[in-house]
Amino acid sequence: MASQHGSIGKNWPSAGALLALAVLALIALPALVALGWSSPGMGSTSASLLWRAASFTLLQAVLSTLISVVLGVLLARALSRRQFFGRGFLLRLFALPQGLPALVAVLALVSLYGRAGFISRFWPELPSIYGLNGILLAHVFFNLPYAALLTLIALQQVPREQWRLAQMLGMSERAIFRVIEWPVLQNALPGIAGLIFMLCVTSFTIVLTLGGGPAATTLELAIYQALRFDYDPRLALALAMGQIGLCVLLLSFLAKFRPPFAETARLSLGPERASLSKSGNPVPDMIMIVLSALFILLPILSVILSGLTADFSRLLTERILWRAIATSGGIAFTAALIAVLIAYPLALAAIRLESKGAVKQARIFEAPVELTLLLPPVLLGAGWFLILMPSASSVGYAPVLIVLINAIMALPFVYRSLAGSLRRLVAHEDPLCESLGISGWSRFSLIDWPILKPAFRAAFTFAFLLSFGDFGVIAFFGSDSIVTLPFLIYQRLGSYRTDDAAGIALVLAVFSILMTQAFSAFGRKEHAHD
Amino acid sequence: MIDLEDVQWTTEDFNVRFSLSFPGPGIIGIIGPSGGGKSTLLNIVAGFTDPQSGRVRINGNDVTGFAPSERPVSILFQEHNLFAHLDAAKNAALGLKPDLSLDKAEWREVDAALARLGLQGRETHRPAELSGGERQRVALARILLRKKPILLLDEPFSGLGPRLRRDMLEVVRKLQQDLDLTVLMVSHDPDDLKAIASHAVFVADGTASTPQTIDRFFATPLQPRLADYL
Repeated sequence: MASQHGSIGKNWPSAGALLALAVLALIALPALVALGWSSPGMGSTSASLLWRAASFTLLQAVLSTLISVVLGVLLARALSRRQFFGRGFLLRLFALPQGLPALVAVLALVSLYGRAGFISRFWPELPSIYGLNGILLAHVFFNLPYAALLTLIALQQVPREQWRLAQMLGMSERAIFRVIEWPVLQNALPGIAGLIFMLCVTSFTIVLTLGGGPAATTLELAIYQALRFDYDPRLALALAMGQIGLCVLLLSFLAKFRPPFAETARLSLGPERASLSKSGNPVPDMIMIVLSALFILLPILSVILSGLTADFSRLLTERILWRAIATSGGIAFTAALIAVLIAYPLALAAIRLESKGAVKQARIFEAPVELTLLLPPVLLGAGWFLILMPSASSVGYAPVLIVLINAIMALPFVYRSLAGSLRRLVAHEDPLCESLGISGWSRFSLIDWPILKPAFRAAFTFAFLLSFGDFGVIAFFGSDSIVTLPFLIYQRLGSYRTDDAAGIALVLAVFSILMTQAFSAFGRKEHAHD
Repeated sequence: MIDLEDVQWTTEDFNVRFSLSFPGPGIIGIIGPSGGGKSTLLNIVAGFTDPQSGRVRINGNDVTGFAPSERPVSILFQEHNLFAHLDAAKNAALGLKPDLSLDKAEWREVDAALARLGLQGRETHRPAELSGGERQRVALARILLRKKPILLLDEPFSGLGPRLRRDMLEVVRKLQQDLDLTVLMVSHDPDDLKAIASHAVFVADGTASTPQTIDRFFATPLQPRLADYL
């Protein structure tokens, strides 16, 4: 009886994982088939468009990555060796852009550096924010602090003994960099740069709003325009193949270099690192820190200030705003739930198999998740758009598709944030649980759930925020009958009601930031108790 | 000779107060329950931890507030003593020049130090290609090159098997005799102390007992806590 129970307990994650795989295939494959439906025959105009879009995609991504990573490393090094009042606050500030919807960030940057922005008022000869300049600015706004935090996480993995050795041996700054920091950076930077490069290649909202035109169109934007404006599936297909090809190349590179990752990143480096640089000149570091802080803080302040000029007494009585909040919340909640429900059984199955030495079988469950990175949401949206567009009922399917595509979009990130905790769980608890015969539901409720709760919450919050602020999918399926907050902002911008847009952006930003902060405060309390 | 005069260090949940003199040269064992303050004691001597009050004297010189590199002290940790991307010779050479700008004669000195610790032929091996015992020998070669009169050992051999551990203790004893070192050795195993220490100190609850000769220390445990621990 007990052994029978045990075998059921062992089988269910695989059954769940297979189910999750099936769901994943059902969402992704039809979109791909639809993209491949029309036989590719390319005219010379589309070939030149493809070429132009592909080279612009690469150009902006290379430049964005270079600037973000170089400045990010400098910032991380400055932050790593200086202890000062407000350091913790700054680290939280640098984590903010990650939780900010792209559309909000774009509005923020435009209200600051745009033609009528705060900065341009004092400095009229500022180059235009539209085109390559603006795309780079927005990408660096998101990715400079991200690169810095990832670099700090990597540096934080240097064991404390080695900082003490450096103290004891009296290493100079140069020796510290050469002996301790450079090897760490050498390991971490390809992964960090690859990740940021990937984010910039697949960035959609920023390019849609700040780019466009023949001079500044990426592959994703071109796909969107080919479908939504020109309804040219052949062109879309050619562009999509280009995009997938690019992503395959990138992913094969990323697979070799994994970016540093810590589920609960403690970014305090301990007193050793700071005391090593006590005697050095702190001014260059502090300049780097202050400039970076202003670069992040000013747009956020600007969102708040220009948001407050909106006529909230009218805005808040508009039913469409409340409907948009409810729609966004509903979509994000469902999408996050689905992402977690798909990712958990897949991750559990993969990690169990891996721990038993069945690495190849483990890949069956892990690879599809990585493959979804190949399918930027815009591609999935494009595929389903092609399937449903001819039929009149497409509007009815839209919410379902938006939810599912958002779920897939969040999947790789949810998988990653669960995998770390699951790996520890499997390594530490599996042997004991198996020897005691704890399995099935009792195992999940007594052992797994209490241990995994923080990881589940982190994964869910992340997926929720990603969908809540998403504009890439809704850009395809949004209509008057399905309006999310980002879509509403875009509509108001389109009808030149900039104040309304700023007000709604403030609502979206406040909600996103509160979610992130509430979650991290929550996580800390939990940590303090154990 | 290391003197801690009324040294006090307090954090939110931990408080240590040390007042004692370690005789030297020789090997003094430090034993006691985990969380009792053994490592804090070493950190205060090494200069990683700055006490809020009291003085630290080494061989008569007041070194309170000195940076770790300004103290005549070397330390061997339980792990992470070596940098993974540097080979054995370079790891040891850090003891001579922490920026690795050694001349020919100095590199010969490094090779000699490695050979003295039984590491001939291992010079170009990286830590991953060395055994646990060999890694600690490389770290000891570095300590040999630094030529500091005080050596702190923070449970450096507790990850090793019994045979290897006896060998390493023997290496430490020989180093101590050859260089006339004062060695403070933290351990949780009485056998380590009995094997090589001349004196012993019991550290628990943030305080340290007066050093005693090793025979008396184990023959008549003065404190009930020590008897308990043993």
